[in-house]
Amino acid sequence: MADSILETDGMTKEFLGFVAVGDVSLKVRRGSIHGLIGPNGAGKTTCFNLLTKFLPPTRGSIRFDGRDITRMKPAEVARLGLVRSFQISAVFPHLSVLENVRVALQRARGNSFDFWRSDQVLRQYDARARELLEDVGLSAYAHLTAGQLPYGRKRALEIATTLALDPVMMLLDEPTAGMTAEDVDRIVALVKRVAEGRTVLMVEHNLKVVEGLCDTITVLTRGRILAEGSYGEVSRNPEVVAAYLGTDPSIAGGSTHG
Amino acid sequence: MSAGHASVATLPVLHDAPGLLGLSALGFNRAQSVAFLVLLALLLAGPFFLYPVFLMKLLCFALFACAFNLLIGYVGLLSFGHAMFFGMGGYLSAHAAKVWGLSPELAILSGGVVGAALGVVAGWIAIRRQGIYFAMITLALAQMVYFFCLQAPFTGGEDGIQRVPRGALLGLVDLSRDMNLYWVVAGVFLAGFLLISRIVHSPFGQVLTAIRENEPRAISLGYRSDDYKLMAFTLSAMLAGIAGGTKALVFGIATLTDVYWAMSGEVVLMTLVGGLGTVFGPVMGAAVIVTMQNYLAEFGAWVTVIQGCIFVACVLAFRAGIVGELGRFLKVRL
Repeated sequence: MADSILETDGMTKEFLGFVAVGDVSLKVRRGSIHGLIGPNGAGKTTCFNLLTKFLPPTRGSIRFDGRDITRMKPAEVARLGLVRSFQISAVFPHLSVLENVRVALQRARGNSFDFWRSDQVLRQYDARARELLEDVGLSAYAHLTAGQLPYGRKRALEIATTLALDPVMMLLDEPTAGMTAEDVDRIVALVKRVAEGRTVLMVEHNLKVVEGLCDTITVLTRGRILAEGSYGEVSRNPEVVAAYLGTDPSIAGGSTHG
Repeated sequence: MSAGHASVATLPVLHDAPGLLGLSALGFNRAQSVAFLVLLALLLAGPFFLYPVFLMKLLCFALFACAFNLLIGYVGLLSFGHAMFFGMGGYLSAHAAKVWGLSPELAILSGGVVGAALGVVAGWIAIRRQGIYFAMITLALAQMVYFFCLQAPFTGGEDGIQRVPRGALLGLVDLSRDMNLYWVVAGVFLAGFLLISRIVHSPFGQVLTAIRENEPRAISLGYRSDDYKLMAFTLSAMLAGIAGGTKALVFGIATLTDVYWAMSGEVVLMTLVGGLGTVFGPVMGAAVIVTMQNYLAEFGAWVTVIQGCIFVACVLAFRAGIVGELGRFLKVRL
């Protein structure tokens, strides 16, 4: 019990009677990389929205780091160190790449309600912002506006921005979706590196990525947990193969690994 | 709302040259510094060429439009009820100067205070909704304020508050002389204008921009976006109240016209014509609209028709507004 950082109990979300997420009791071990997989419409993103409070659950409870966060607002959860990314790349398109990271670093000075002060005071964060950009290989792009970056770089920028908050736990929603193979490798290496000393929960479609990264995998279908375990265990589970792996030819090869 | 986003989004992205003469401390780039110096020169020379009362009216509306632009241009919130702050600011300043006998600077300040107070309440109710619903709620609230002003005894109903004394600034400078009052109004405008520039280029402004650009992401970074919107709304309402209060002193009258919904529409028009989300656009827009109203007054009711045509032309032909299009042409941000 004590070593699970995020824990849900009977978490349920209904939309007008449709059960998007039903009775999900999830435990994410502290310091692990936990994968959440499942076919389209399985409720993975809804789960993310529930965990980060962007949606209120219909029933059930959510605990993070020993604290009940079921009724908290999304910004509060972020302040506790549970920080998410989004499926579509979430950058601030008209801010520069450097400013994108700096906005997150700026959280360290509190609420920033000081409208009378010059934004020159934010220069104090430039050095740290550059370090973070260096970390994700974006140094050369610091002065471009974020909207100008190619897709893969935007995802890297998003991770840098998330890291700027030094989160206890990161929730990554399909970090490699729509990426070229080369970008995927870079992001995988990056996630592996930044997961040191943190907990990561990620939704991912690319099973190669899941296999290479995740310690534990939860399979979701139609809003419910179907199976849980290591990649090897899950990929041998006949129910999982039938419900999910079997339906996708690209995955048949993956399951032979196990 | 969506129009706001579109116009802001279509602004070209440029690498700004730093400002001149230390004006970059205000957040101005080079082009904006030049424009600001031009504005300053016009402020200084204006009353020697044009009728000061006309210029004062123009400056009051320019400040009002700048305050409105702070919301739509930098937060992406379209308020359709800003007349309530402008009008109530006017009523309170007039009442303060006439009944309470406050000095003009305190009277104007009380206009700002009532604007801010009303802004906290209206903003607190309205920011829970997005887009068109936000606009409709602000409109509804403004109509309630209008009704209040129609009924409340202190506003004088249809007559308004008339014969408001201009008084003497700090008890020293006689403001019944137009030239004296002009410098006060110019000072109020300039202070408001610079305050807005500072707000936009402050740590707070940086968070506002982030919220405008991608609100869910800003929230996921731990920013309670509603708090920032409310703060911006209140600041905008305060400045609108100051603008209304100043106008009441200039004309010595506060009437229902300034709380009426048409006034809320007029400030939208000024901002759009000048250039939404630009620093100088609202000033330009206010100048164009006030000038038209003044010099086309002989056409009577046709002024509204002409205004409507200009509005349509703006939306169709130059969506970024006069200053926005000028900036695009010169490849600078203004």
